[in-house]
Amino acid sequence: MIGEPKLLAVEGLGVSFDGFKAVDDLTLYLDNGEIRAIIGPNGAGKTTLLDLISGKTRSSEGRVLFKGEEITALKEHEIVQAGIGRKFQTPSVYEELTVFENLEMAFPSRRSWWGALWSRRTKEVTEQVEQIAELVYLRDRLNDRAEILGHGQKQWLEIGMLLIQSPDLMMLDEPVAGMSVNERQKTAELLKQLARGRAVLVVEHDMQFVESIADTVTVLHQGKLLAEGKMANVKNDQKVIDVYLGH
Amino acid sequence: MTRASKTITGQLGALRSKMPRESWAFALTALLLLVVFPATLSGFRLAMVAKYLTYAFPAMALVVCWGKGGILSLGQGVFFGLGGYCMAMFLKLEASDPGSTSIQSTPGIPDFMDWNQLTELPFFWVPFQSLWFSLLAVLVLPGLLALGIGLAMFKRRVGGVYFAIITQAIASVLAILIIGQQGYTGGVNGITDLKTLAGWDIRSDSAKVALYYVNVGLLLGVVLLSSWVLRSKLGRLLVAMREKEERVRFTGYDVAALKIFAFVFAATISGIGGAMFTLVVGFMSPSFVGIVPSIEMVIAAAVGGRHSLLGAIYGSLLVNYGKTFFSESFPEAWLFLLGGLFILVVMAFPNGLAGLDLRRLLDSKRLAQLGAKLEALRPKPAPTPAAPQGEVPR
Repeated sequence: MIGEPKLLAVEGLGVSFDGFKAVDDLTLYLDNGEIRAIIGPNGAGKTTLLDLISGKTRSSEGRVLFKGEEITALKEHEIVQAGIGRKFQTPSVYEELTVFENLEMAFPSRRSWWGALWSRRTKEVTEQVEQIAELVYLRDRLNDRAEILGHGQKQWLEIGMLLIQSPDLMMLDEPVAGMSVNERQKTAELLKQLARGRAVLVVEHDMQFVESIADTVTVLHQGKLLAEGKMANVKNDQKVIDVYLGH
Repeated sequence: MTRASKTITGQLGALRSKMPRESWAFALTALLLLVVFPATLSGFRLAMVAKYLTYAFPAMALVVCWGKGGILSLGQGVFFGLGGYCMAMFLKLEASDPGSTSIQSTPGIPDFMDWNQLTELPFFWVPFQSLWFSLLAVLVLPGLLALGIGLAMFKRRVGGVYFAIITQAIASVLAILIIGQQGYTGGVNGITDLKTLAGWDIRSDSAKVALYYVNVGLLLGVVLLSSWVLRSKLGRLLVAMREKEERVRFTGYDVAALKIFAFVFAATISGIGGAMFTLVVGFMSPSFVGIVPSIEMVIAAAVGGRHSLLGAIYGSLLVNYGKTFFSESFPEAWLFLLGGLFILVVMAFPNGLAGLDLRRLLDSKRLAQLGAKLEALRPKPAPTPAAPQGEVPR
């Protein structure tokens, strides 16, 4: 490859579960500052792709390069430390901790057990937490326990927990699932804002939402790449209409 | 209310707002253990309390590792026993000088070795002739074993109920090993007839009182150390890990390392408790290593409240007092009672003693309602005029 390496390069990636190819010879590239949506029918391998990139599932073929370095064999936490953050499908926050503590735990310093043992709350962390909380619409909920937040607010909190790590690539698995229309709009604004200076990879079912945020759309079908391009083009692709949009 | 009592409650209130609740509870517990118990209990009872308090070490260890970190160890007796055996080996060697063992066929080795036809001190006993080595072993060996187990389990993502069962199996294995290797370990009787610690007779009444204070001092020290750990970012990460392990992992933390820390820390605390047990009670045996004692430790933590360090102290006192009390009268029923107690606590008071909200129980409104109910039950001779505002009727 000539020039700067792509931020994320997925090349020939594949994994099979008991002979079933969940992701099959998949290649895609992501640039910095890009918002990419991954769409596809159920079982197309969208979440599995995120699992493969984040190290949750080990690939059987192909490789993943991040900033030009191979990360295929790294452990989950090492991949996070390399700069890839991930949000899960169901809101995954620490219910018994406060919003502040949830964000604080995600602050990317003192991540070794020894460092964490000696870590006390610093002004830097507090300021950063407050700033992020402002961004994800939770400024006035900092001292509430996460369990009493609404569903949408938990989703935002988890996005905030990603943001505070300031990853170079954010992967979001259905970030607007279960959100109200109003919350969806706010989330779209949020994603556009936080895509500055980083890439965002979104798995989403809501086509309207995808259209409102994504630059490029990748359509998966049975673990394979079906189509890729601008939403307007993809929407009119006959193959895509057949397997996904038209049903 | 009189003016004087108002000032006192006012001052108390001011003091209370300055000191957080945990500090209050800690101060009261220290007062109870350091002043009230020694002042009110006989020497015999005080020695019993000292024994119960040695179980508070592993119970507290479980608060850190299970209550906070969500790692249930059903083998805490292993580490308690290991600490206890390290101490007992030193004491036994000191008690087995050639002079006092001259009737043996091989004088100078522990009596049980002589009975089992051993003619030489086994190699792993030799370093325990040194007090400093033994004390170091108490602090290090349980943690080292936990490190080994932790590396083997947590790096492979063995957790939850599987981990609990494996720790229980380890407890069982260690107890069987100790019983089987009678010549090296004293077998089922354990290591008995311990006499002196560096020349100081640990069986004397004055030594028992002194050991009580050492025990309480160490226990309170461990409370402070553990609460320091729990207040750190690591402490909150343990809770986070209990809640959503995957989230912690995908936030860039090595979950296995965090778990290993919690498990090793817990093992070290338990080992200190075991060593104190040997000193306080004067012997160590496999019956404090296996499955039953390990589960008793979990129950003590649960009864006290598995999220509360101080709760572990009260839980251990209560459960072990209950054990003494019931096993004297109904020895067969004790295990059933213990099991029943555990179920009751889990079903009705998941946060144990520490979870009982005394303020709610003693809430003035509820007390007033209760008072009103009692008042209603009383026969009324004649309607009394309402009390004037601002005065409390006598």
